[in-house]
Amino acid sequence: MSTQTETLADWKLPCQRKLGMFTLIAAESALFAIFVVAYLFYMGKNLNGPYPSEVLHFPWLGSIALFSSSATIWLAERCLHSGNKPGFGLWWGFTIALGAYFIYFTADEWRHLIFEKDLTIATNLFGTTFYSLVGLHAFHVIVGLCLLTGVLVADLRGRLHKDHTPHVEAISYYWHFVDCIWIVVLTVVYIISVRIPQ
Amino acid sequence: MAQEIAIDANYRMPEPVRVGEETGSSTAWIQNLIFTVDHKKLGLMYIGAALLFFAIAGVLAALMRIQLAFPDNRFLSPDVFNESFTMHGTTMVFLVGMPLAFGFANYLVPLMIGARDMAFPRLNAFGFWVFFFSGLFLYFSYFGAPGLYAAGSAPDVGWFAYSPLTMKAFSRGHSTDYWTLSLMLGGIASIATAVNILVTIVCMRCPGMTLGRMPIFVWCMLVLAFLVILAVPCLSACQIMITLDRYIGAKFFDTQAGGDAVLWQHFFWIFGHPEVYILVMPAFAITSEIIPVFSRKPIFGYPMMVAAVVAIAFLSLGVWAHHMFCVGMISLANAFFVTSTLLIAIPTGLKIFNWLATLYGGKLRYELPLVFCLGFLFQFLVSGLTGVMLAVAPFDWQLSDSYFVVAHFHYVLIGGLLFTIFGGIYYWFPKAFGKMPDHKLGMWHFWLFAIGFNLTFMPQHFLGFLGMPRRIYTYQSDRGWDELNLISTIGVLFQAVGILFFAYNLLYSWFRGRKAGDDPWDAWTLEWATTSPPADYNFSKTPVVKSRRPLWDAKHPDDPDWAHE
Repeated sequence: MSTQTETLADWKLPCQRKLGMFTLIAAESALFAIFVVAYLFYMGKNLNGPYPSEVLHFPWLGSIALFSSSATIWLAERCLHSGNKPGFGLWWGFTIALGAYFIYFTADEWRHLIFEKDLTIATNLFGTTFYSLVGLHAFHVIVGLCLLTGVLVADLRGRLHKDHTPHVEAISYYWHFVDCIWIVVLTVVYIISVRIPQ
Repeated sequence: MAQEIAIDANYRMPEPVRVGEETGSSTAWIQNLIFTVDHKKLGLMYIGAALLFFAIAGVLAALMRIQLAFPDNRFLSPDVFNESFTMHGTTMVFLVGMPLAFGFANYLVPLMIGARDMAFPRLNAFGFWVFFFSGLFLYFSYFGAPGLYAAGSAPDVGWFAYSPLTMKAFSRGHSTDYWTLSLMLGGIASIATAVNILVTIVCMRCPGMTLGRMPIFVWCMLVLAFLVILAVPCLSACQIMITLDRYIGAKFFDTQAGGDAVLWQHFFWIFGHPEVYILVMPAFAITSEIIPVFSRKPIFGYPMMVAAVVAIAFLSLGVWAHHMFCVGMISLANAFFVTSTLLIAIPTGLKIFNWLATLYGGKLRYELPLVFCLGFLFQFLVSGLTGVMLAVAPFDWQLSDSYFVVAHFHYVLIGGLLFTIFGGIYYWFPKAFGKMPDHKLGMWHFWLFAIGFNLTFMPQHFLGFLGMPRRIYTYQSDRGWDELNLISTIGVLFQAVGILFFAYNLLYSWFRGRKAGDDPWDAWTLEWATTSPPADYNFSKTPVVKSRRPLWDAKHPDDPDWAHE
């Protein structure tokens, strides 16, 4: 039964930007799912080395940096909501630094794998699935860093307004998503696959 | 919109930039087309571009049918034939089917939910132009992709591009890269548009338009957007993998390095089967709008119709390997995919019965939209029945990759989808252009196209039974396929003339059609509440909705729907 009292005022619908970001995240999840499945499917099917157990080291520092960046971005958002502008800039900048460190860490790991362990994308199935999955994630971190930097620049130039809050929140959702993906990649690549016998 | 936007005192809206000052000139018209972010213009541009690609891919199909009309024919060479079926399939799926769906969704969803525009108008324009570029890019391969004989060459690996055909060793030159990159671009465009459609439907409904009061068209588009968002990224992943394999030596599908060509088939069809439902969703959507209006009854079993379309979407995510029964999967996998595929017949059958129940006892008006939808009901039933046959693995082992399969999916996509698209174009033409489509020309179009379509594709079922494989460029005359192939080709002639009637009807009605008025069909959904064509802002006053048929309520204040729902 419909009520007769429905008016413009009490008709509330979800925020467009947030839902847009959630839908984009759903699409990105599907994309990652295929690469994760490819990694799992080809695990232990290499015809030649190097194998995951020989060359991979658990990325403690990179992971700690990325996971803590989820906390700092949350703190930044809290500052934004309470109107603490300097606090927002500080935590937001921290988040960027942590993300950038993660990218540096990954780059250094890749340098080590490529030049010292002779593992490239063309070496074997491990190389193919490893670089494509980790690379896809790193690419998303870089995109996230660009977005975060854009917000920081806008903030420093005093262009960040109250009605930009949904934009900022949508970007932070994306950043949390990139973090969640890293949990999956970490589990699949650095915990499961290094224990698979060749 | 329900949100209240607080604007700082020192924040000023930028001055609107005027483009095309000299109104009426052709430059102004083109500028308007290129810069527009209006959902109605973009919707029509989607449909226009799709019809353009439809004509091109239709010509490719006609060329193939001419080649197959007689045994040992030498009209097309084998490699041109391979290019033709690849381009025909790719075009029809990615440059015709999906853009048509997006075009209808773009034009109608905001109007039907009483909104001003889509949620992200600029993203909408981005989606259209990326899609259009991807189409031009694909066709540029005919001129720009150096092939084997140093001549331009189009992709020739089939629309599902099975590995290892796409590997460097078997596909020299760049034709496959044009295919890959074009679909990657198309994927980005589709995801952008799907995000837009989904957010628009969830966040921009006018007051009172609860989910349970949305037109079924809008429900179908919501489900379509959901499917695009989950399925199309899988295709993008596939394209990334091929590109890595071809250019930097990755081993995804390289069997010599332990890679698995069958994995490509799984990944492709994880996208590919939901894609079929993405393509056919507009058929469900349009039929569910047209049949009630021309039967003068509300849709029968609205909640069941919605539940069925949602169930179809969920099931369609778990049926992909029914395209792969011949690969040699374990029998448990076969059993699973047979079962899940057969399950889809339940909600689909339900929909057919609900449409029939809507027609039953109705006061039918045999206008063009209804006539095309009735054609859809019969032909979609045939395709559903052959679909159930093919879902049974042992039967599929006999007929997979034969002309029976070709006949089956053309009954889905032409007999099912395209007929309702024509019906939908005739139904909403008065809204978009303010003129009525010509009934007589439309009936010629319907009968020529219906006869031609059935003449072309019904014999292909029997060709399949007689063992004719798909994708062969010619055959010997002692196989018993001659007459059926000739009949099939003759059908194309009828279809082509039917399409000419359609094109002529659109032009004729646009210039000479009689004025339509705002609500020529006496319909019930919100798009008919505004002017024809609608103003830029759609509704001068945001509508407030109290039932599933807001215009019925407006026209019959003595007996409104909301008193019964």
